[in-house]
Amino acid sequence: MVVMKPELAFGWIMPEIVITLSAVFILLLSAFRRKNDIGRLAGGLSLIGAGLALFLTCRLWNSDIDIFNGLYTIDNFGIFFKALALVISLLVTLLSLRYVEREEMIKGEYYALLLFGILGMMIMVSSNHFVTIFIGLEVMSIAIYVLCGLLIGNPRSAEASLKYFLLGAFATAFLLYGIALIYGTTGILDVREIARYVTSGNFLITPAFMAGMALLIVGFGFKTASVPFHMWTPDVYEGAPTSITAYMATGVKAAAFGAFLRVFYTALYPFLTEWSGLLWIIAVLTMTLGNITALMQNDIKRMLAYSSIAHAGYILIAFAVGDRVFSASILFYLLVYSFMNIGAFAVVILLGRKEAPNTGIESYAGLATRHPMIALAMSVFLLSLAGVPPLAGFMGKFYVLSDAIKAGYYGLAVIGVLNSVVAAYYYLRVIMYMYFKEPEGEIGRLDLSPAYAVVIGISIWALFHMGIFPRSFLLIARESVNIFM
Amino acid sequence: MDMVLFPLLSTIIFLPLAVALVLILLPRKNPLLIKVFTLVWTILEFGLSLPLFFQFNEKTAGMQFMENLDWFPEYGIGYVLGADGISMLLVLLTTFLTVLCVLCSWNSITDKVKEYYASFLLLETAMLGALCALDLVLFYIFWELMLVPMYLLIGVWGGPRRIYAAIKFFLFTMVGSVLMLLAIMALYFHFGRDTGLYTFNLLDLYKANIPVMKQYWLFAAFAVSFAIKVPMFPFHTWLPDAHTEAPTAGSVILAGVLLKMGTYGFLRFAIPLFPQAALAATPLISILALVGIIYGAVMCIMQTDMKRLIAYSSVSHLGYVMLGIFAFNMQGLEGGIYQMLNHGISTGGLFLVVGMIYERRHTRMIADFGGLSKVMPRLAVFFMIITLSSIALPGTNGFVGEFLILLGAFRSNISYGVLAATGVILGAVYMLWMFQRVMFGQITKEENRGLKDITKRETVILCAIVFFIFFMGLYSQAFFRKIDATAAGYLQNMQTKIASSNPAGPVPWR
Repeated sequence: MVVMKPELAFGWIMPEIVITLSAVFILLLSAFRRKNDIGRLAGGLSLIGAGLALFLTCRLWNSDIDIFNGLYTIDNFGIFFKALALVISLLVTLLSLRYVEREEMIKGEYYALLLFGILGMMIMVSSNHFVTIFIGLEVMSIAIYVLCGLLIGNPRSAEASLKYFLLGAFATAFLLYGIALIYGTTGILDVREIARYVTSGNFLITPAFMAGMALLIVGFGFKTASVPFHMWTPDVYEGAPTSITAYMATGVKAAAFGAFLRVFYTALYPFLTEWSGLLWIIAVLTMTLGNITALMQNDIKRMLAYSSIAHAGYILIAFAVGDRVFSASILFYLLVYSFMNIGAFAVVILLGRKEAPNTGIESYAGLATRHPMIALAMSVFLLSLAGVPPLAGFMGKFYVLSDAIKAGYYGLAVIGVLNSVVAAYYYLRVIMYMYFKEPEGEIGRLDLSPAYAVVIGISIWALFHMGIFPRSFLLIARESVNIFM
Repeated sequence: MDMVLFPLLSTIIFLPLAVALVLILLPRKNPLLIKVFTLVWTILEFGLSLPLFFQFNEKTAGMQFMENLDWFPEYGIGYVLGADGISMLLVLLTTFLTVLCVLCSWNSITDKVKEYYASFLLLETAMLGALCALDLVLFYIFWELMLVPMYLLIGVWGGPRRIYAAIKFFLFTMVGSVLMLLAIMALYFHFGRDTGLYTFNLLDLYKANIPVMKQYWLFAAFAVSFAIKVPMFPFHTWLPDAHTEAPTAGSVILAGVLLKMGTYGFLRFAIPLFPQAALAATPLISILALVGIIYGAVMCIMQTDMKRLIAYSSVSHLGYVMLGIFAFNMQGLEGGIYQMLNHGISTGGLFLVVGMIYERRHTRMIADFGGLSKVMPRLAVFFMIITLSSIALPGTNGFVGEFLILLGAFRSNISYGVLAATGVILGAVYMLWMFQRVMFGQITKEENRGLKDITKRETVILCAIVFFIFFMGLYSQAFFRKIDATAAGYLQNMQTKIASSNPAGPVPWR
């Protein structure tokens, strides 16, 4: 590991700088332009910014370096998550181009906040230092609190924003308290140093340290929407603008899992036996509660919210198993999960209008007759979420479950697969509405802008590609988790 | 195990998928074009699969037409295909029945024609893939892929209770298969730790040496999955619903091929991978098979709906297949394999006939008919022949299979044989009684007087079925030549495996 002088380190954080500058530029632009007609411009700028940052991030692949006195780290693990966050932001921005106009949101701030959220995610996943992780988490969260409430005049949106903010503040406090307790017992804030210290033999595990660990689980559990810290999810996902829901369900979850994984697989890995049992229970609860509650939902957004809780549960299977090499399956799952969720939300956005969001399941009745291609695309996303091969969702589940089997966690694996059968029911229910029922009422003309088609097309391609040829993606994920070795 | 240069199996598997993709691009406004296009390609597909039969090497028990490519070598997942005497014949059955299915849907499907045929072709690819895959992950992918098009076929083009039936079908099958997935992984890691070779290649995994306790668990997971598909007695409840609600072609392919996937799974995976467990489970499975035979037959007698009756008769017939396979002797095994083909032909034929009647009268209730042979004499002849084949009259294909199974059953356990033989009598009772009520007697309903006899298209379909009924009944040697080496090798392998793991113990074969 090389330690750099601060002035030389800026080259390593070019992606973050690009994102920050784009966001600030968009903010200034919207302040100086009197008319609120900069939607296209701001959207285009954030696409360019995120694209450039993605390019720069990918070029850093295979570096392993600490900068700013160890406050920031550039390694493959961070780069994987940064690239994922940037891909998500590109797709979400594309989705937003028409959606923001349709819902008459404040355009400049929307894109700026979106970019700040990404910045938070990027910071959060590329540090081994608790303080930086915390700052990243806050940058991300504050941007998203605001984004949730951007549907002006819609009380559900305001409710979502307030709810997320209040509960999020609690969760942040828990996380911070956990960090404080761990710092108090060890005197260290760098996760690798903590790992070194606790295994050195001079360390006696104390209740305070254990409490700190538990509080960290609470804090990260909240951000990843794991049961029992999931209460906010359905309401916030339902009330927030749909593009932001997609953003939260994929980006926030991925970034939170990234930081969660880094902390627990380095600093707290020596205490695997202590936290593994706890996460076992959380995983089971998360899958089961998410799936069973999703069965009863008649609103697609709400159903997808519960389904995203359930998916966090599947990821926690691999997490609880605690195999460092095979934690690559978590990364792969998050990658796959992002594409299928963004795709599904893209269809939800596509079917809605300003006056009628059309998120009730009955709006999907007979969709196959009216819009066969959209119904087909939605079926691909839902089948992938259900884990039907040869789509990528199956491969994701396959690797996660094989982790559990490898480590001998048969009970967890059986609960996981039985859950996926329950989940198949509610995903199939939407397909049933689309294909087996006759159309009811009118959903009106759809805005079939090419931006939606691009997002849906990319997602479908990704799902087939990662489902049939998962090899290269999984090898990248494996190289990313090499930092734990 | 000779490698071929031309990837014949891959071509056969993926041709229907390619046709389906082209089909999606054809104009929706021209259903005739879609139908003709699909028909031509399914006939070509059948033709393409014929070399499997004629170039098949009858001397070897090994896999033929092998293709072996790396897919994900780091995890030991390969693209491995191959066929032996069992799967080769089932592949032919599949391509043959698909042609008939396309023909029989000609006029009955008018809604979403393009999607219908595309689903059918996708289903064909999945079935063929599952039959030829020799890598467990590849197999599982095709196995699960079969669910989606069948779900759509039942749900979109099915009868009044189609939604219930479609979801029941999907969820029942999925419960079984996810457990199998876990067992596949457990097997993979066990073999990897044991030998250092992490692979999903079935031919390698056959060599696995698994402790008996572990075998029980793994066998149970595989067996439940396949037993649901067969379906064996306590897991059969999805079948009558799915059959009754599916469109005619869906029922034909469901009975003809999809159910065979269960018995094929036992033959290819569950038994040879876990021989000791399979042997230990023989009494249980044989008894469940017998219960299925007799229960299915008794249920048939009580049915008022023709399609439901045939569905229950499938439960009964598949019971014979399971009994034959688990007799673990040459006669039982060969009979079981042969009966798999027979059931595809004769039950497929019965569903076709019922579908033809249904198209004219829009009812399947036995009570609505009577005396049909007066207005539809040609149909009556075909119906009679297929019925007789289903009750295994000598001279038809059904006789050969059932006779061998009973022979095998008697040799393994006399009481099994006796009980199974009662099923034969019950089979004659319900089939002939149904035939009598529908076709003979006076015409009691006025609506039935104006029914038209079968058309040329329908005659072609039924002639094809009847041809195979007699061909397989009178010249069964043509098929047994292909099965013999495979079946003998199969039993030989099991014997050595059991003997090697348990040298002192008795070998339960005669």
